[in-house]
Amino acid sequence: MSRPANLKYTRSHEWVRVEGDVATVGITDHAVEQLSDLAFVDLPRKGAKAEKDQRFGEIESTKSVSDLIAPLSGEIFDVNTEVIENLQLISLSPFDEGWLIRVRISNPAELKSLLSAEDYAEQLKHEEH
Amino acid sequence: MTQTPSLERTCLADEHLRLGAQMVDFHGWEMPVRYGSIPEEHLKVRLSSGLFDLCHMGRLEITGADAALWINRVLSNDYDALKPGDARYSLICNEGGTVLEDVIVYKLPEPALSSILLVVNASNRPTVLQWMQAQKGSLEAKLVDRSIDLAMISIQGPQSVRILPACLEKSDLPLEAMKYYSITHAQVLGKSAWVARTGYTGEDGFEVYLESGDAPTFWRQLLEVGGNRIAPIGLGARDTLRLEAGMPLYGHELDLTVDPFEAGLGFAVKLEKAVPFVGQEALRARKAAGPARKLTGFKVQSKRPVRQGMKILGPAGEVGSVTSGAPSPTMGCPIAMGYLQTGLNSEELSLLKADVRGHLEPLEVVPLPFYSRTRKKK
Repeated sequence: MSRPANLKYTRSHEWVRVEGDVATVGITDHAVEQLSDLAFVDLPRKGAKAEKDQRFGEIESTKSVSDLIAPLSGEIFDVNTEVIENLQLISLSPFDEGWLIRVRISNPAELKSLLSAEDYAEQLKHEEH
Repeated sequence: MTQTPSLERTCLADEHLRLGAQMVDFHGWEMPVRYGSIPEEHLKVRLSSGLFDLCHMGRLEITGADAALWINRVLSNDYDALKPGDARYSLICNEGGTVLEDVIVYKLPEPALSSILLVVNASNRPTVLQWMQAQKGSLEAKLVDRSIDLAMISIQGPQSVRILPACLEKSDLPLEAMKYYSITHAQVLGKSAWVARTGYTGEDGFEVYLESGDAPTFWRQLLEVGGNRIAPIGLGARDTLRLEAGMPLYGHELDLTVDPFEAGLGFAVKLEKAVPFVGQEALRARKAAGPARKLTGFKVQSKRPVRQGMKILGPAGEVGSVTSGAPSPTMGCPIAMGYLQTGLNSEELSLLKADVRGHLEPLEVVPLPFYSRTRKKK
């Protein structure tokens, strides 16, 4: 699985695609691999507020529950409800069809805290040790 | 940096790494939790067969003139009812009649007649060793901890009776003729071994005890002979398999706050056996009083998994708690076991919910086990 270079990443394994004032958010291939078998995803309602570094949902596998952490603040104006019924979209296509929420960015300054693809790859190397 | 205490490794640890397993700390042992996907491993065992490294479990051998008397003082089940080659599930209770450990005891046949093999949980091996010594008194017997030199490998699933014989040089009984919960002597790689028709998955299957030095070769042989009919299975799927089969796990369904009757394990308590045993009088009283709570099976009506420690709520408040829960690969929905107050009426039972981090998920009470290979499908 190739990890897109044009996306931004978080230390908690979310990815962000920024287009104008809209951020699309999902979880990375690495997160999918670690979770292994997805059992359940809990996503917010449309219109909820995302707050940077706060939990916006949960994702569960057979053995674990993980929080989904908002990379940016803003209104969640779109939610991928298809993945709730079809978790395979996340595992098979984490960077595309498996997206989770779309956020209208309220504080563009927060973008600076996100990791580049390179920084994220570097972090994963350290996690292995 | 945090200092990780060094973990014990089984004689098969290198095999797991070679197979790409994700390793975890399980009660001080570095064990494979999964090789690939947990639900796929689970279904492989249900539909074909799976191979398990169980070397982390405790294997204790008891011998000597008073061996039977010693074990019978400790077990809730009646060891004297066993014939050579029989296996039994039993509990070890404390004086108060609550559960210290659950075990499988084997009365070994020729050529080890009058020897006892006791298989205990990894987490409780030190406790059981201490407990046994404390009950020994002046009896003529000795206990040898064979957990390191005697490996334990399990093959479970409908294909295991076809795959395993090809990897044994001989067995005193043909495997297909063995009854469930029995053990026979066998030869593996030129050496003496034991093959038991026991398991913890709800499937037909075998547990093989052989010299640790031969375990990696035997493990590879089973995978090679089994080909696509077998796969290595981690502790993740072992847990979901035993949960579907309604089998208790120490630290979840069983601990020192639970008695056997609450756990639905009254069948393993023989109050009338000839040898007095630890906890007997307390157990008699507990049985007469009847349990105030019972281990119960639940189907979760949403997709959100319910897990150990979560509260079970009735219309009037808390009525129990969850001991194990996971998505069930066979049933396609989350399932759970937990302790539920006795005496709830049918309306209360129909309104149960689990508190999953503030989300109240409706629970349906279902009979245990969730899955039985012998029960006709509904």
